[in-house]
Amino acid sequence: MMPALLSIDVLLIAVCAWLAIGLAGLAAPRNLRFISKTLFPLGALVGALVGLSALLFLGGAAEVAVLAIGLPNLPFHLRLDNLTAVFALLVGFVSAGISVFAAGYFRKGEGTAPGLMCLQYHFFLASMLLVLMADDAYAFMVAWEGMALASFFLVTTDHKHAEIRRAGYLYLLIAHIGAISILLSFGVMTSGSGDYSFAGMRAQQLSPFWASAAYLLALVGFGAKAGLLPLHVWLPEAHPAAPSPVSAMMSGVMLKTAIYGLLRVSFDLVGDPLWWWGVVAMAVGLLTAVFGVLYSTVQSDMKRLLAYSSIENIGLLAVGLGLTLIFHAYRMEGLAALAMTAVLYHCLAHAGFKSLLFLCTGSVLHATKERSLGKLGGLIHRMPWVAWLALAGVIASAGLPPLSGFVSEWLLLQSFLFSPGLPHPWLNMVVPVAAAVVALVAALAGFAMVKFYGIVFLGQMREPALKEAHDAGPWERAGLVWLALITLLLGIFPATVISYIDAATRQLLGTGLADKVREHGWWMLAPISPERASYEPLIFLATIVVAVLFGRQLVHRLYHGRIRRTPAWDCGYVFQGPRAQDTAEGFSQPIRRIFEPMFRMERHFPTARDSQPYYSVKVEDHLWHWLYLPLARLMNAISVLMTRLQGGRIAIYLLYSFLTLIVLLLVARP
Amino acid sequence: MNLPWGPGGEFARREAAMSISGLLWQLLAIVLALALAPLLTGWVNQCRAWLQNRSAPPLLQPYYMLHKLFLKDVVLAHGASPLFRFAPFAVFGCMLLACAIIPTLSTDLPLAPTADTIALVGVLGLARIFISLAAMDVGTSFGTLGGRREMLIGFLAEPALLMVIFTTALISQSTSVATIVETLAHRDFIIYPSLAFAGIAFTFVSFAENARVPVDNPATHLELTMIHEAMILEYSGRHLALIEWAASLKLYAYSCLGLALFFPWGIAAGSSVLGLLMAIPVLLVKLVIGGFLLAGIETINAKVRIFRAPEFLGTAFLLAVLGLLVRLMLETRV
Repeated sequence: MMPALLSIDVLLIAVCAWLAIGLAGLAAPRNLRFISKTLFPLGALVGALVGLSALLFLGGAAEVAVLAIGLPNLPFHLRLDNLTAVFALLVGFVSAGISVFAAGYFRKGEGTAPGLMCLQYHFFLASMLLVLMADDAYAFMVAWEGMALASFFLVTTDHKHAEIRRAGYLYLLIAHIGAISILLSFGVMTSGSGDYSFAGMRAQQLSPFWASAAYLLALVGFGAKAGLLPLHVWLPEAHPAAPSPVSAMMSGVMLKTAIYGLLRVSFDLVGDPLWWWGVVAMAVGLLTAVFGVLYSTVQSDMKRLLAYSSIENIGLLAVGLGLTLIFHAYRMEGLAALAMTAVLYHCLAHAGFKSLLFLCTGSVLHATKERSLGKLGGLIHRMPWVAWLALAGVIASAGLPPLSGFVSEWLLLQSFLFSPGLPHPWLNMVVPVAAAVVALVAALAGFAMVKFYGIVFLGQMREPALKEAHDAGPWERAGLVWLALITLLLGIFPATVISYIDAATRQLLGTGLADKVREHGWWMLAPISPERASYEPLIFLATIVVAVLFGRQLVHRLYHGRIRRTPAWDCGYVFQGPRAQDTAEGFSQPIRRIFEPMFRMERHFPTARDSQPYYSVKVEDHLWHWLYLPLARLMNAISVLMTRLQGGRIAIYLLYSFLTLIVLLLVARP
Repeated sequence: MNLPWGPGGEFARREAAMSISGLLWQLLAIVLALALAPLLTGWVNQCRAWLQNRSAPPLLQPYYMLHKLFLKDVVLAHGASPLFRFAPFAVFGCMLLACAIIPTLSTDLPLAPTADTIALVGVLGLARIFISLAAMDVGTSFGTLGGRREMLIGFLAEPALLMVIFTTALISQSTSVATIVETLAHRDFIIYPSLAFAGIAFTFVSFAENARVPVDNPATHLELTMIHEAMILEYSGRHLALIEWAASLKLYAYSCLGLALFFPWGIAAGSSVLGLLMAIPVLLVKLVIGGFLLAGIETINAKVRIFRAPEFLGTAFLLAVLGLLVRLMLETRV
């Protein structure tokens, strides 16, 4: 009898399939038609398969596999458990949408040859899935580095531009700072036993000092990949530089692997957490979220705006993670489960809506060749598909009901409401106030999203060339519809989704929400009890839809449905050109004014006598000037000192070798 | 502590919630909101005129306005997209939902579990996004100005509103509007200092959110100072009627929410006919007094510059956080 195919085998086959698809791209590197219309849809199919098998696995017992590759005595250990499955679900379903979009996206003559691009893209996907499945530090680091390298090459697709090379370099640099930190964290967790498998790390009993060291190193390492302050600087550079499907993949999917890593280390590998770990994560998360959302409101480049919005969302995830850790440290597992559900839900929600929005910017970019908000506008008339689907992403991203972003925000705020019960003299007062900051961030996200949508899709076209813009093609539309559907379904059926992802919460915390949630039926989300708090998104949506349709019918029936078209009124002003609308900078002026100390601004105002009045404002990140530039100068100074050693004469170098040898002979004793 | 939803607790889940009578009362609450909202606006306008020594418009003036607007043709700008035509209906639907879940007569509403207070803030946010986007749709200078300012007021007011709700939710251990009202109305009478802070913050927020005087002037004719009016400049006919009606509904929703959170006495807990018949006159009296006070506050204040609005709403936010801290520090130790 043939042994049954395990889910882990399906995922391994998927990894191989992705690698094979990538290699097939090399067979005909210039054949765009074959690559985009055959290979990318195949990759999407594999993605859907990964998502499906992870979905079917959820709730099952962990499966392990050992691959005969790797170092001697250290083969690759792989493991599929529920935490892995939740993130594999995310990777699979979201990447399916992005790959379908990519099938219609890539055009001739854009940087890297399509075949090479196909290899990098699918290698990126395969390594992300391997990161999730890795069960020893070695396999994890190999996959992690593969992911970083593949995404570096993808970011630098248009490597002819110096700024894109610069963005790629910055990304690679910070990715490696993070990787070193993760490696050290793993090293601490083995505590000298030499057993690099995750099972070995779980068995170690670390002292609180070393456990904290491992946690903090992991926080720095994964934080660098996720974009936590102050290691966020690569994100707003790399995301706009990459082609849009790659930005979508990095922002929607890759950032979540860092959250996966943090969850894996802090709840699975390192042992019992201390309460202040949660406080650290929460403080960093709050800073990151406020920083991200404020900077996203003042951007003038649509992809940078979305990149900063991703930083904000990562901050919110860190806040949720911190809250989970605090509850977990005090053994309040039911509440920890609530907060962790919020984290996992937000991972899924953000993956859906942020990929959707990045892909929409891709379509806009192709149709208009413009990324700057100041040169867009009115695209809802030319690109109705993209515009209406982007609206779903915008509402979800603003954290508004009835779409996906609201559910996780709701869960997070609900778990904050329990924080006064913490048995700690001041945490129980400080933590609820953190909810105020979360509320502010959510409200500001709405501002940023209205700016994004209003300036790109609404209003008058700011450039005459925009009249030539065309809507997205069928492949692109299919990808966008898929992601919008994910956003809608995650918003409408939270109870069903939670009963699936609950397996991961249960695995990490020993308890979950599913029983309570299932009790009240699939249409109602009541994680504690309906009297305590409840939310029924389907009825919510249905009520509004019924009110809209019924109201429209009633008005048309009782009165009339007549419409006359005239020029806009605008209080009778004659000059109504596109220049009379707010620019991107104008729209965010209130934010720059209210939160002035948060920004480093260079402004140039025209005077009354200028014959050619010129206005400009440039907003920069304080951290560049406070942290990164001084560091860079320090490194430069050190390198200048080091060059003195290099005289360029071979005799001097031989002298160095000779002196080193003598010193070693003196120091080293047999 | 004897929690309201405990086994055998005072408000054990009633099966009757989904019964026919429950649905009828829910429908009554919605119809009442639709009917009373313009009347409340008319009443506030009338009080304001008296207080300002002007001759007052008739009480039913908002109805005449709605009727007139519905009769008129929609005059649509050339650059208006379908979103522009959809937005008034969406805003109206959102406000209707908000009115349906706030207990006005009874806490026993079949729609109440649909959205708790956090989702209520969400539905108000959704309406705000739609109206701001619609304002930017035609692409006129005043429209975008209004949309930007509305979002500015929104992001300042929303956190303050959420903090007010957090304070009440901590007192009643629930975010469900019905449970909050039941807990606050039917418990032994205790004065919560935190509720006083929250109440003041809520008043500030409702003034800002309803385009009332210190922040915006509903009767202004000076474009540069407008917020709400600037956003709806391009609307006409039935679209404008729906937006004006939705604005009345919003005022009604905020008034009823304020009354339900801070003066909940008189709202029936069950769906007994007598209790509900008692609740209607109580609600009317509360709204009449509330409307008069609103007009009074508007009369003795002047509209502030737009950049003083953050100070106004920042004060509201701080008061709300203070209320929360008072709740956490002083009241939970008893």
